[in-house]
Amino acid sequence: MRDFAELLDRLVLTPSRNAKIRLLTDYFRTAPDPDRGYALSALAGTLTLSTVKPNVLRQLMLERMDPVLFQYSYDYVGDLAETISLVWEGTEPDEADVGDLSLGSIVEQLQSVGRANVRDLVRNLLDRLDGSSRFAFLKLITGSMRIGVSSRLVKQALGEMGTVDVGEIETLWHGLLPPYVELFAWLDGHSGRPELTMPAVFHSVMLATPVGDKDLENLDPADFVAEWKWDGIRVQLANLSGTRRLYSRSGDDISGAFPDILEAVDFEGVIDGELLVGGTLRSNQATRSFSDLQQRLNRKAVTRKTIEEYPAFLRGYDLLFDGPRDMRPEPFDVRREALAKLIATTPPLHFDLSPLVPFSSWEELDRLRTAPPDPVIEGIMLKRRDSPYTPGRMKGPWFKWKREPYNIDAVLMYAQRGHGKRSSYYSDFTFGVWTAGDKGDVLVPVGKAYFGFTDAELEVLDRYVRNNTVERFGPVRSVRAEPDQGFVVEVAFEGIAFSSRHKSGVAMRFPRISRLRTDKLPRDADRLETLVSMIDAGAPVTDDA
Amino acid sequence: MRPETLLYPTPKGLFCEAGGFYIDPVHPVDKALITHGHADHARSGHGEVLATRETLEIMTIRYGADFCRQSQEAALGETMTIGDVTVSFHPAGHVLGSAQIAVSRAGTKIVVSGDYKRRRDPTCLPFEPVSCDVFITEATFGLPVFHHPPDADEVGKLLTSLRQFPERAHLVGAYALGKAQRVIMLLREAGYHEPIYIHGALVKLCDYYLSKGIALGELRPATVTAKEKPAFAGAVVIGPPSAFADKWARRFPDPIPIFASGWMLVRQRAKQRGVELPIIISDHCDWAELTDTIREIRPGQVWVTHGREEALVRWCELEGIKARPLHLVGYDDEGE
Repeated sequence: MRDFAELLDRLVLTPSRNAKIRLLTDYFRTAPDPDRGYALSALAGTLTLSTVKPNVLRQLMLERMDPVLFQYSYDYVGDLAETISLVWEGTEPDEADVGDLSLGSIVEQLQSVGRANVRDLVRNLLDRLDGSSRFAFLKLITGSMRIGVSSRLVKQALGEMGTVDVGEIETLWHGLLPPYVELFAWLDGHSGRPELTMPAVFHSVMLATPVGDKDLENLDPADFVAEWKWDGIRVQLANLSGTRRLYSRSGDDISGAFPDILEAVDFEGVIDGELLVGGTLRSNQATRSFSDLQQRLNRKAVTRKTIEEYPAFLRGYDLLFDGPRDMRPEPFDVRREALAKLIATTPPLHFDLSPLVPFSSWEELDRLRTAPPDPVIEGIMLKRRDSPYTPGRMKGPWFKWKREPYNIDAVLMYAQRGHGKRSSYYSDFTFGVWTAGDKGDVLVPVGKAYFGFTDAELEVLDRYVRNNTVERFGPVRSVRAEPDQGFVVEVAFEGIAFSSRHKSGVAMRFPRISRLRTDKLPRDADRLETLVSMIDAGAPVTDDA
Repeated sequence: MRPETLLYPTPKGLFCEAGGFYIDPVHPVDKALITHGHADHARSGHGEVLATRETLEIMTIRYGADFCRQSQEAALGETMTIGDVTVSFHPAGHVLGSAQIAVSRAGTKIVVSGDYKRRRDPTCLPFEPVSCDVFITEATFGLPVFHHPPDADEVGKLLTSLRQFPERAHLVGAYALGKAQRVIMLLREAGYHEPIYIHGALVKLCDYYLSKGIALGELRPATVTAKEKPAFAGAVVIGPPSAFADKWARRFPDPIPIFASGWMLVRQRAKQRGVELPIIISDHCDWAELTDTIREIRPGQVWVTHGREEALVRWCELEGIKARPLHLVGYDDEGE
């Protein structure tokens, strides 16, 4: 556990990507099995442990500590897991037989412990672990690592360790399980490439980069095809050797919620596409909005009635496997042709083909993008005709070109301290717009944002909050917000909808502070009516798939 | 006599009326007793100064020979009379020359700890517990979260990193008086015998420590020209923490920012300062050392000064020991 804890401590504080990879490969090379495999799964987010609620940890702490002293400590540190790891007074290592404190042993104990004994096990382990290991252990059991390491970065470290391409790791990834003993044996050079027993595995999806300022200038439109970017969720459907699976783009198995689609599969292969509800293009019925799709998401199972009311279908984007044949090395044009042929034979209510958008210049495409023919379109996808299907987000082969995000000017109303590296800043902001009240115009909060601004802008916002606090409610400060005194921010967002849960009656999607409008007075900020008219105009409520 | 009349806080610092002196005053006064040479405790411009020989020498190095009108050396353990009170100095284990100051009158004895620590330090004498009626303790790390790990483990982290990143310069931030020399000694004890490079701000004090027989090994000035830059790959460079935000740090090859401080225990503190490798080494007591010391001395009362007073006062209450915060101003809240 000690070496894993040290690895976490270093990763948290190491900003450089290459240095992180070095730390990871060094750990994977030196740590034994199964420890390194469990560490890998903890970092890549594939480790399933029954998590322990923060309240249980607090209770364990208060069994042996004065609540006032605990509160002082927690207020100072600001993170429950870290506070407990620091204040917990364990037994001296030489006083007790500490037993096996390897990561592998701890994970196995946590996986096999009965619900009734969890508390005793946690208390006992906290007693025997050293400070740094206690922190790592608490992060494991509270289910949130948040140490700035993506699963892709971990896979790159694995690739480096075994001098294999990261694509190979990604292809194998979903067919392997923790503690990944065969994977490490292969990377160590002690055995061959692991054989996958499960045929319908997830293959990492190919992602697009946003079109930047001058990205298109030197590109020839003839080298690209354009498609609409549909506002559903990106999925991968696999049917190989009798195993059918539907995966989200991050590889989560969501088959259980979509039996209608799985039952309709009458071909062998792996398709990449958009999951949507409503009618397919082949049935000549309208595609429905993302909020309708939400009725089908995040469910383990689904009722007949929901399936009838919200019929799901798959709009094909790409073909990874045609039967057993790996199509990924083929150019997009070839894959697309094979996909079109395949879709033509499938049940028309559950599958259709994403139509191409003909265009001859970037200017023309820009016009099409800003006025798409269907409200469920959120932009344009550009794909190089000669590009193979490569996992991950590489700049060049695929671009996404979204409709402009929505913008409003709003007034800062409340601020709350941030978390993590922002814990000394007021960095979570609630903002509002004007609406008619009983005695003239009042501000009504319409959303919260905690990013979008630069570090320098955060300094400005933080200073404003500290110097203009009107009231405090625990960690929240309300700041001065009057027609002629206050702070205006430009808020960008991706969609907006009516909401009964918010006082203002509207809810934004993905709001962020895009600019500080120190040039504006609060009285110049937008009104609630403007937001409502955006909904009426069909602003999409979307999930970025 | 009542201890509250023997020593009490004033805007200039802790004042002893019967002796006519201040202890570690933050403004110029006629007569000052100084616990140790850190700048927030030892200031220039006083009339008379009474301190240990090392503290006086450190003040001379920092402020010049005319840092006060008249200085007098206090020998450790020796009792002196000043006005109506007797005073004595006792080792505090904080930095070279650091002392606690005991003040007595009419059967009442108060010990002012200054800053202190209990763990071993190869660069100074260990803390000596002195029984008293009132113990005035610092509380820089006066929260139960502070448990400083063993020094050798922390220095081990630095040595591991030197092996792991041999192409990068290891820039260690450490305060010029005490911490820098202690980190050097701990490296030497851990078997690191390469030359250690030091920032110009550390040179005089390191030379002084060497002259006191503290074997810091080979030290070289950390002056780099573009041509020499590669020579600092894998080298240990020690400088004051303030130098790291400076352009000075950019001349080293891909430097790893390291900070040797008790604050480094809290991960977000390290992150906020941009430290990549925190080394938890403190010249102050951690929570366990503070509470163990109070239990050991068993004073009638504890007065708590600079730091997190409220938690230590609360702990004393729970232990049935009378305690109050002193609210002295002018000492670095951040302690180190």
